[in-house]
Amino acid sequence: MHSFIDKYSDLDSLIHRLDPRTKFIASLAFIISVVLTPTSNWHAFALHLCLMTSLLIIAKLPPFYVLKRSLVIFPFVLLIAVFIPFLKPGEVAGSYNIWLWQVSVTYAGLLILANVAVKAWLCIFSLILLTATTRFVDLLKGLKQLGTPKVIILILSFMYRYIFVLVDEAMRMRQARDSRSFGGGRLRQLKTLGNMIGTLFIRSYERGESIYAAMLCRGFGDEIRSLRQLGFKRIDASFGVAFSLVIISSAIIFW
Amino acid sequence: MDKIVDIENLSFFYPDGHQGLKDINLVVYSAENLAVIGPNGAGKSTLLLHLNGILRSNNTIKVFGLPVEEKNLKETRRKVGLVFQDPEDQLFSPTVFDDVAFGPINMGYSELQVKQRVAQALKWVGMDGYEQRSPHHLSVGEKKRIAIATVLSLNPELLVLDEPSSNLDPRSKWSLIEVIKQLPMTKIIAAHDLELIGALCQRTIILDGGIIVADGSTTNILNDVALLRAHGLAPEEKLRQASS
Repeated sequence: MHSFIDKYSDLDSLIHRLDPRTKFIASLAFIISVVLTPTSNWHAFALHLCLMTSLLIIAKLPPFYVLKRSLVIFPFVLLIAVFIPFLKPGEVAGSYNIWLWQVSVTYAGLLILANVAVKAWLCIFSLILLTATTRFVDLLKGLKQLGTPKVIILILSFMYRYIFVLVDEAMRMRQARDSRSFGGGRLRQLKTLGNMIGTLFIRSYERGESIYAAMLCRGFGDEIRSLRQLGFKRIDASFGVAFSLVIISSAIIFW
Repeated sequence: MDKIVDIENLSFFYPDGHQGLKDINLVVYSAENLAVIGPNGAGKSTLLLHLNGILRSNNTIKVFGLPVEEKNLKETRRKVGLVFQDPEDQLFSPTVFDDVAFGPINMGYSELQVKQRVAQALKWVGMDGYEQRSPHHLSVGEKKRIAIATVLSLNPELLVLDEPSSNLDPRSKWSLIEVIKQLPMTKIIAAHDLELIGALCQRTIILDGGIIVADGSTTNILNDVALLRAHGLAPEEKLRQASS
C-alpha cells in the first residue's frame, strides 16, 4: 500500500471542514509572514510555532506523523544553507584547520543558518497541515477556483492519479530484476538501472497516448470542463479573520 | 433491421508501414451482440479503435448511418462507448465519480444530469457507493466495472469492449459477464476468451492477420475446432490429448 500525501484527510475536524481555498490562502499568508519576520525575532517564531501546534491539535493529526513528515525538509535546507556560517563575515565563533584550509565559523552565520532552518520548518509545518487535512481532489478544485490555469490542474491531477501506477510498475520491474540478477559489478547494476528508467519512461509515454485516446473516446475536446463549485461558509470567514489577526499581531508586536 | 456499423473495404496501415487491417467488410445490425475473436496481434483492437474515429484511414466506415469523420466525431463518440483493455488507461481521474462524470461533463450536460447519469451508470455495473474512491486502490474486477461505467454514463447505443475479461479470476469474470449481459444496447466484444463470448454473443467473426476469416453464429464457430485451431484459438491435437 502507498502512503498518501493526504493520508489523514478523511478525519473530521474544524480544520478539515474549512474550504480548501481558505486553507490555501492561510498557508500562503503564514509562509509569507514567517519568511518576512526579521532574523533575530525569536518571539515571533515562538508565536508562529504555537499557532501551528494548536492548529495541528485541532486538526487531530498524529503528532509523530507530522514530526516525521516535517523532517524531510532538512536535507534540502542543509544543502542550501550549510555554507552560510563559513561565509558570513562577523565575530568568529570557532576556527578549524581542515587539511590545507583554515575555516572559521561566525556567530552571524550560525544565526542565519538556525533562522533558515526554523523558517523552513515552520513553513513545511503549515504545508503538512494543508495537505494532510484537505483531500487532494478538493485542493485541486480550490486551486482551480483561485485561478490556477486548468492545464496545471490537469497535470497535477494526472500526477496524483498515476504516481501510484508508476511506483507499482517500478516495483514490479525491480522485483523482476532482483529475481534474475546474481551479483555482478556496480557498473553492470547501474547499466540495468538505466535501462529500467528508460523502459519506465517509454511505458509512461505510451500510457499517456492511450489515456489521451481514452479521453477522446469520451468526448474530450479543446476545452477542459468541470463540475462542482466550492462554497465559502461562515466558518471560513471566522477562521480567516482569526488566523490573519494572529499573524498580523505577531508581526506588529514583535517587529 | 438497422445497420449500426457499416464497414466497406477498410484497410489500415500503421505508421511504420505494417498493414493492420486488410479489406474489412462488416455490417453489424441493431441489437446484435458481435464477438471479434482472433490471436494476439490479429488487429482486433485496431478495428475497434476505428469505430469511434480514434484511428481513421479511408472514409469507409459508417456508424449509425453517419460517416466517421471530423464533423461527426462528437456525435459518434457519444453513441459509441469504447472500453479499453487496460482499465488503468481508462480511469485517469482522482476519484471514481470524476471518471464516470468525465464523458457527460464533456458533452456539456447540466450538473444535475451529470449526477443522475453517474449514479445510473454505477448502479448498472453494481458499483454504487464507490463515487469517492480512488480508482488506483480498487481490485482489477472493480476497475473493469468502473471502466464500463465511464462509457455507460454517456448512454451509448453501441458498447464496444476490448478484452473485458483479461486479468480477471473466474469469479470476477463470470460476475462481469452477468453485468454485461443485462446491458440493453448493441455490443461488440473483442476477446480471445471463448467462454466469455459463448456466454454473451450470438454472432462471431474471426480476425487473423488483419483479415476476417470467418463470420457466423457463435455456436457454429465455437464448435468448429479445426477452424479455431487454424487460427490459434484452440490447442493443437497432441496438446489436447495430453491434457485430457
